[in-house]
Amino acid sequence: MRIKRINRLRLKEALSGYLFVSPWLVGFFGLTFGPMVFSLYLGFSRWNFHEPMSAMKFIGLGNYKEIFLHDPLFWKALYNTAYYSFFAIPTGIIFALFLAMLLNQKLRGISVFRTIFYVPALVTGVATVVLWQWILNPDFGVLNGLLKMIGIHGPAWLFDPVWTKPALIIMHLWGVGTTMLIFLAGLQNIPTHLYEVADLDGANGRQKFFHVTLPMLTPTIFFNLVMAIIGAFQVFTVVYILAGDGGPDNSLLFYVLYLYQKAFVEFNMGYASALAWILFAILFGLTLLVFRSSSLWVYYEGEKR
Amino acid sequence: MNTTFGTYLRRRSIQRKIGIFLGYGVLTFFSAVFLIPFLWSLSASLKNLLQVYAIPPVWIPKPFHWDNYVKIFKLLPLLRFFWNTIVITTLSLIGQVFSASLVAYAFARLRWPLRDFFFFILLSTMMLPTQVTLIPQFMLYQYLGWMDTYLPLIVPHFLGISAFSIFLLRQFFKSIPLELEEAARIDGSSLFRTFWTIILPLSKPALATIVILTFIGKWNEFMPPLIYLQTFEKFPVSLGINMFKDVYMALPHYIMATSMVALVPILVLFFVAQKYFVKGIMLSGLKG
Repeated sequence: MRIKRINRLRLKEALSGYLFVSPWLVGFFGLTFGPMVFSLYLGFSRWNFHEPMSAMKFIGLGNYKEIFLHDPLFWKALYNTAYYSFFAIPTGIIFALFLAMLLNQKLRGISVFRTIFYVPALVTGVATVVLWQWILNPDFGVLNGLLKMIGIHGPAWLFDPVWTKPALIIMHLWGVGTTMLIFLAGLQNIPTHLYEVADLDGANGRQKFFHVTLPMLTPTIFFNLVMAIIGAFQVFTVVYILAGDGGPDNSLLFYVLYLYQKAFVEFNMGYASALAWILFAILFGLTLLVFRSSSLWVYYEGEKR
Repeated sequence: MNTTFGTYLRRRSIQRKIGIFLGYGVLTFFSAVFLIPFLWSLSASLKNLLQVYAIPPVWIPKPFHWDNYVKIFKLLPLLRFFWNTIVITTLSLIGQVFSASLVAYAFARLRWPLRDFFFFILLSTMMLPTQVTLIPQFMLYQYLGWMDTYLPLIVPHFLGISAFSIFLLRQFFKSIPLELEEAARIDGSSLFRTFWTIILPLSKPALATIVILTFIGKWNEFMPPLIYLQTFEKFPVSLGINMFKDVYMALPHYIMATSMVALVPILVLFFVAQKYFVKGIMLSGLKG
């Protein structure tokens, strides 16, 4: 009798559990898992969106062969994205940490500065990209105007294939506020007694930074690094608005922009799906690398060693 | 002895003053760096055509062309665009909060078969770049006849599309003491009632984080509306500006004015709810 009751309660809870989780289950199977399987298949097929589904042809590794062996634009896009990531990720993280440390001072009115530093990140969207397009104008823009004041003849930025990506990195640094706030939270979570002990030991500011702040902050750096990698490889809005066609000498043809062109300009869905899976593989590899390496450099307080 | 200590103290206090002075100096410098793009654009938006194209660039418009801000509203249906963005954002927010909290509760508190397996799956989907599912989703929406409607932009939020939101809430729910719910359950409250009247009100900080992150994301969203919407009148602000920019390329003062206007609502909201924004983003990093 009792067991029966318990079983009934268990069953009821299980049913409620599935009921509560059902929105996600529908979403997962309908919008994630199903599409994943289909996209994997599409990657091995030749199919244009304007053709009937029956025209879809299985071509095995055909798309992948084409991409790796005969598609210079793919390599260009990959190079551009890697170049951007290689510089934007570390500079972004260092700059954000630097700003967070500035904001972690005990000064009156510090929250005003926090707001000013964060606002560009809040408004990163089409409007600010459009602003930057004008700021970076070689003749009429403010950036080159300011550079001229200190005697530097500024480059043509978005018109010069050498300078397009550095321009993008500058824009990225300007909008680094979210990372900065997360660092600030990390800094404020470091117990003050660690600094007091360091003071007693006669540590100077540099030593305190390298032996207290930095180690205690490694989990936050780890989090920000993973987010930055994912973000950098998926840059789209900025490059689309600045140079939907890839910009001068295709120097702004970033990976996702290329994928977009293949999928929604040429409607070459099979090819674009293969591109998406290559992106997934790259991101998966990179994040796995960071996760694997984390035991070497990330310090978790609760962890036994 | 006494005097040396006095000198020491005085030296310390001078050092501190220099430190404070330097601190403010650096902070002010970087504030200028962050603000110049805005100030410059504001200035450009108030110029006439001659002045925007002046070499060297001028900072103070002469005279101030406030009428630029009237003209842009005649050149394009900005208010309509704002309304569209508001509709998309609001409905997505409702869906996101509703689905994420229900699902998170099931993962945090209820026991059901395969729960841990599905939780692992949920975490894995966080690593999945959206591009992998984009094309089949596009085909699905086309098949369902959802092209050029807001449904592809909104419905996924009702289906727990944001694994991060679910994860964040689940962690938060787990930190709420069980006793509170048990008491309510013994009093005969149903599961949903307990969830609604006890868990949700206690989770306001986490819910605020989700609302804010979703809001920022949706307000600035660009690629999905670009793919799914075709009719000009249905465009959100982001698409509207982008199109305006291409059409009026030679009139940067109007483009700047449009961008400035586009920034106003989100800035106003930020200043009203600043505390929640800053706390929300900080929390997202700590829980993640």
